[in-house]
Amino acid sequence: MKYDKNYELSRREFIRKAALLGLSVGGSKTLMEVVFGDDILAASTDENPATVRWAMVVDMTKCSRREDCSDCMAACHRTHNVPAISNRRHEIKWIWREPFVNAFPELKEGRLRKDLYGAGFIVLCNHCDNPPCVRVCPTRATWRRQDGIVMMDMHRCIGCRYCMAACPYGSRSFNWMDPRKILDEKAINQDYPTRTKGVVEKCDFCAERIDRGMLPVCVEACKEKALVFGNLSDAGSPVSGLLAGRFAIRRKPELGTRPEVYYIV
Amino acid sequence: MFEKALSGSRRYWTLVFILLALVGAGFFFYLRQLSDGLSITGMGRDVSWGFYISQFTFLVGVAASAVMVVLPYYLHDFRAFGKITILGEFLAISAVSMCVLFIFVDMGQPFRIFNVFLHPSPNSMMFWDTVVLIGYLLLNLFIGWATLGAERKGVAPPAWSRPLIYISIPWAVSIHTVTAFLYAGIPGRHLWLTAIMAARFLASAFASGPALLILLCMIVRRYTRFDPGREPIQALGKIVAYAMTINVFFIALEFFTAYYSGIPSHSHSLEYLFFGLEGHGSLAPFMWTSMGLAALALTLLINPSTRHNERWLATGAAAVFFSTWLDKGLGLVVGGFIPSPFESITEYSPTVPELMISLGVWAIGFLILTLLYKITVAVREEA
Repeated sequence: MKYDKNYELSRREFIRKAALLGLSVGGSKTLMEVVFGDDILAASTDENPATVRWAMVVDMTKCSRREDCSDCMAACHRTHNVPAISNRRHEIKWIWREPFVNAFPELKEGRLRKDLYGAGFIVLCNHCDNPPCVRVCPTRATWRRQDGIVMMDMHRCIGCRYCMAACPYGSRSFNWMDPRKILDEKAINQDYPTRTKGVVEKCDFCAERIDRGMLPVCVEACKEKALVFGNLSDAGSPVSGLLAGRFAIRRKPELGTRPEVYYIV
Repeated sequence: MFEKALSGSRRYWTLVFILLALVGAGFFFYLRQLSDGLSITGMGRDVSWGFYISQFTFLVGVAASAVMVVLPYYLHDFRAFGKITILGEFLAISAVSMCVLFIFVDMGQPFRIFNVFLHPSPNSMMFWDTVVLIGYLLLNLFIGWATLGAERKGVAPPAWSRPLIYISIPWAVSIHTVTAFLYAGIPGRHLWLTAIMAARFLASAFASGPALLILLCMIVRRYTRFDPGREPIQALGKIVAYAMTINVFFIALEFFTAYYSGIPSHSHSLEYLFFGLEGHGSLAPFMWTSMGLAALALTLLINPSTRHNERWLATGAAAVFFSTWLDKGLGLVVGGFIPSPFESITEYSPTVPELMISLGVWAIGFLILTLLYKITVAVREEA
């Protein structure tokens, strides 16, 4: 096959044009992002801006609080390929248990109802409306969807861990080592990606399931029905109904992060 | 001019090769970190920043301190600093290079570092810190090289260097202000959530940087034929005395607010750092050493009779340097993570690989400094 001579590029010209094209595409995209900021991200993820605000209510009056019950945690960690690391410093956790006085340290002064001193409270990412982790991320690897879910792009994350310093809830985990070496190969859930070392991860409210009309896997797994998930913008949703009738607290609301995980105590 | 770094005495080459050996050792451990991940460090999910970020924070201060010789010379025409402004600027170049490297070795995915430019995020203080640090590095490279080049030819520095010099003055303040903002704007880390963080950073920077410069001037005088002279060293001594006094005053202010307000969360980290919390207090000896060195330094530097004596001045400068290094290059960053958001205590100590990588980065910085100072001294010796 013979090409017209006019269409041929010298190597130097090709490199120059490719570089120019690359620069202009990269440059304009970057410029767009600087100017329009989150709108672009929002435009690609938003479906119903004002009508959906996902939230969770943890009903601790229903939670079994038994040390041997780990249904929600096991289901989550299995589904999301979270490795079980024994070294406490290197642990990766998306949903776990903390004693009440640790989950709510500002409430530990004075005397509390006796049962609150017992077994732990379920803690996870609070999917804040005003998330400090999103504010500090230097690459927008973590961002907030219009429906309130704080997402994590583990392919963009550079592993600077600024979000971990910024999160006042200790909800974020860093892969201090290669998680794939710890995961049981046969148990890997092929529907969810595994991670590389050196990136941060956390609970994503099962965004991939919600977008298919399913409930988060922890909510589904809880036999006591202690975890309730739903749309806070919908007055008829189970979360709205619960919060309208029961007294619920949130972790560290005084910081202005507007967490969206509520606790009925 | 660079060829001047390629010929030197036996002592010069010995120093260069010792530094290169340390760089090599650091690089060896860094390769291990690359393959095994940051698990080879002492950091963890509670103390998620450690020695690397602490060194970075401290060195931004050293870099910013160049302004303490540039400002008096160029704005106040303080002639005595004419001979040493270049030493300050080259110290800044070496310090910023170390800052960039310490950030780099702290990354979990270092090869993705260009994502910071690919996805610029003006809402992130880390983005701005990257911008101002690189800008400061370039400013000092251009200014330093142009002024030294002109000096070598015996002509006035090029006209374009003047505006750059004036820009570099507020720019130096900006690098340490933005670095303080990395910490001071985070909800829930009470040790860092203080409006005087940037002011504290600048005070400790203007103490530690010029203190190091005093020692470097003395070393240069001792081992080369270039003598910076007594006057600029004494002037630096005064600057260090004032800055260190303000720095210690600021630390006292933090204690007052934390303890007099009686809000538990505001004093927890200070309590941990200085007195130990719930039986944990591994950093307390270091913090008290820092305070002891600060007291020694103030005694030696405020008192004119000791400050005028160069031996005591050198002792005071060294005390300032190590005092601020312990306070900022160790306690400040780590202390912010203790106690954790769950108010539990996980202590931190760096591991051997972590220390070796840090030593490697310091060695790169001192290698850059050695080469730049060698060139400077060679130009001056010719003149």
